[in-house]
Amino acid sequence: MLAATSSTMTEAVWYMIRATGVVSLVLLTVTTVLGLLSAARARTARWPAFAQVELHKRATMLALVFLGIHIVASVVDTYVHVGLVSVIVPFTSSFKPFWTGLGAVAVDLLAAVAISSALRQRIAPRVWRGLHWMAYACWPVAMAHALGAGTDAGQLWMDAIAAACTVAVVSAVTWRIGDHRTTREDAVLIGASTRAVPGRHRPVPRRIPDTPDREIHGPGVADPAGRTPASATAPTATRLLERDPR
Amino acid sequence: MTTSTLQAVQRLLHTGPGGPTDPGLADHLALHGPVAIPTGADPAWSEVLRAEVAASGLAGRGGGGFPAAAKWDSVLRSNRRPVVVVNAMEGEPASAKDRALLAWSPHLVLDGAELVAALSGARSVVVCVADDRDDSARAVQRAVTERRRAGSCRSLTVSRPPARYVTGEESALVSWLERDDARPALRIDKSVPLRVGRRPVLLHNAETLAQVALIARHGAAWFRQLGTDDAPGTTLVTVSGAVRIPGVVEVELGTPVDDVVQRCGPTGTLSGYLLGGYGGAWLAPELGSTPLASAPLARAGATLGVGIVVALPTTSCGIAETARIARWMAGESAGQCGPCVFGLPAIANDLELLAVGRSDADVLARIDERSRSVVGRGACRHPDGVARMVRSALQVFAADAAAHAAGRPCDGRRQPSVLTFPAEPALTGGAS
Amino acid sequence: MRLEAGLRVRVDPVACDAFGYCAELLPERVTLDEWGYPVVDGTPVGPELVEFATRAAAECPRRAVLLERVAGRH
Repeated sequence: MLAATSSTMTEAVWYMIRATGVVSLVLLTVTTVLGLLSAARARTARWPAFAQVELHKRATMLALVFLGIHIVASVVDTYVHVGLVSVIVPFTSSFKPFWTGLGAVAVDLLAAVAISSALRQRIAPRVWRGLHWMAYACWPVAMAHALGAGTDAGQLWMDAIAAACTVAVVSAVTWRIGDHRTTREDAVLIGASTRAVPGRHRPVPRRIPDTPDREIHGPGVADPAGRTPASATAPTATRLLERDPR
Repeated sequence: MTTSTLQAVQRLLHTGPGGPTDPGLADHLALHGPVAIPTGADPAWSEVLRAEVAASGLAGRGGGGFPAAAKWDSVLRSNRRPVVVVNAMEGEPASAKDRALLAWSPHLVLDGAELVAALSGARSVVVCVADDRDDSARAVQRAVTERRRAGSCRSLTVSRPPARYVTGEESALVSWLERDDARPALRIDKSVPLRVGRRPVLLHNAETLAQVALIARHGAAWFRQLGTDDAPGTTLVTVSGAVRIPGVVEVELGTPVDDVVQRCGPTGTLSGYLLGGYGGAWLAPELGSTPLASAPLARAGATLGVGIVVALPTTSCGIAETARIARWMAGESAGQCGPCVFGLPAIANDLELLAVGRSDADVLARIDERSRSVVGRGACRHPDGVARMVRSALQVFAADAAAHAAGRPCDGRRQPSVLTFPAEPALTGGAS
Repeated sequence: MRLEAGLRVRVDPVACDAFGYCAELLPERVTLDEWGYPVVDGTPVGPELVEFATRAAAECPRRAVLLERVAGRH
């Protein structure tokens, strides 16, 4: 009787690991896609951008809840031995060390992202951004862990879910890379302004050489800065016509 | 109290029968007399000088126009040994006054710098000269060497920041001194002094310091003998454009703009004056009798700025010149703030199309609206200045603008510009 | 009208990267110009908007929204 109960318990725990693992992966996909879309400044007329960010945060929190259950269940489970240490230190478990280890890597990355976001107001913006970029590594590692360590890989339903998640993330990444909004940096370099800005590491354009000072012509009157040759003046309005023959 | 305005005023710049006076130390002392600059802390002396400068009503000559002594209060309160910075950057292309001062009266500028240093307890003075002004740098360096040999106890160095329009802005200059990044910084609270490291900075325009040197010698009452009650003293004005003798003239504040230009021999009828700088404002010729001083010019919709007067002849096109200025100024943006980076080129685009008569129907309203919208939305006043200049152009050249907008541009746009713009370099990637 | 302490919204134009969350969260004080950059109304916000102003400052990805404590009438 006891043996039967414990085996049902073991089975229940085993199902829980698999189920919460899949749900965590899906939620992680959702939040990654939302994060990519926010970064790409995707917005619709009716759905405000800050709500998108809010959804991204809450999806992550939900993912963390399911991930927490997934981890606890994995540690508690007696059929496969995954110690508490192996959750955080990658590649130290006895069950499929490499693929389980990837899960630990994903946990570490996700922890860095989550903790830095929780402390966002207290850390420098650049630090937060740097740590948040680890999210880009987190999702592929989690997917690899799901397919490698997960025992459902190969089943049609699991493969369908994995494929759908991958398509979603790849599409979002493509959208992000193809973001054609003119950034401030681009505007400065190309269209809007034709000169490099002063600052560290940026070459500073030279002016035309000084013209020598001329004699004073009368009381207190001196010659001003030398005139630039006509060719060096800013584009005149007549040149505009040449550029744009309509 | 204004005396005859055509009389040559010689306080900052002096000429003898053979031309400008020698800028050397010996001639400087012979001409102006010595001035006592304490080597150590002397609170009594400091207070006397501070009171004298405050009583003189000296306003900053670097474009801001704030009372010179007011800057000292916040720095003196901070209890740290400050650094004195001399701003001789002269980023305004149409200005040559700092250059003239350094060429002919560098010791007045350095006297002023050392006086402010003694007053505030600073031990070092940094003179900032743009890195393309080698002649000015040489002149200052010579003066610095002379003073060192004569036993000046303070550290005087000449620094060469990059020659760009915004580099002369206070926070940009300090930012360059501190971390080699010559871009303006956002200042939430202007009463908190700028710092290089932990040292608060006392930054003054070269002409302001030269005036301090004169006030220290002759007193506030003497200073106020020329100029008006609200705008006392003299100032250096750079006159250019349609004049026979362009150059730097020293005039009493309050001299009518017309009279200042008269001294340089205008070459025909004028359609307007550009006052203050490329970020200044246009003034209609009918208002030429406006006194050259902050308040009267502000009332007339213009500004004193760094003492620039460009005389625009009727043969030139005010709209085309405005378009050229707007385009150049857009390129001089430090590139930090969206409204400036995107707004100024958009305004310049519209002005260029207006200048050639190829604009659409709403161009005037659009230019005005965009100009209003960029004001106050940058870290510095660069977009504000451009906006003011553009809006004043649309007012002063209103008839012209209407004709251009209706597709009938004047021929003046084909005239060579009366303005000078530093040459455009080859496009660089800007990558670090 | 009472004289009360309020919060004034300001934007650091150097940090701002035109995400526009501030205009969505606090349209009563922030609108966007044609390039997506904020135009801020400097009137202090009253107690009913403080929550949104605080959120706008917290949500800005570049931490460009600043809140100043001022005395104001509203």
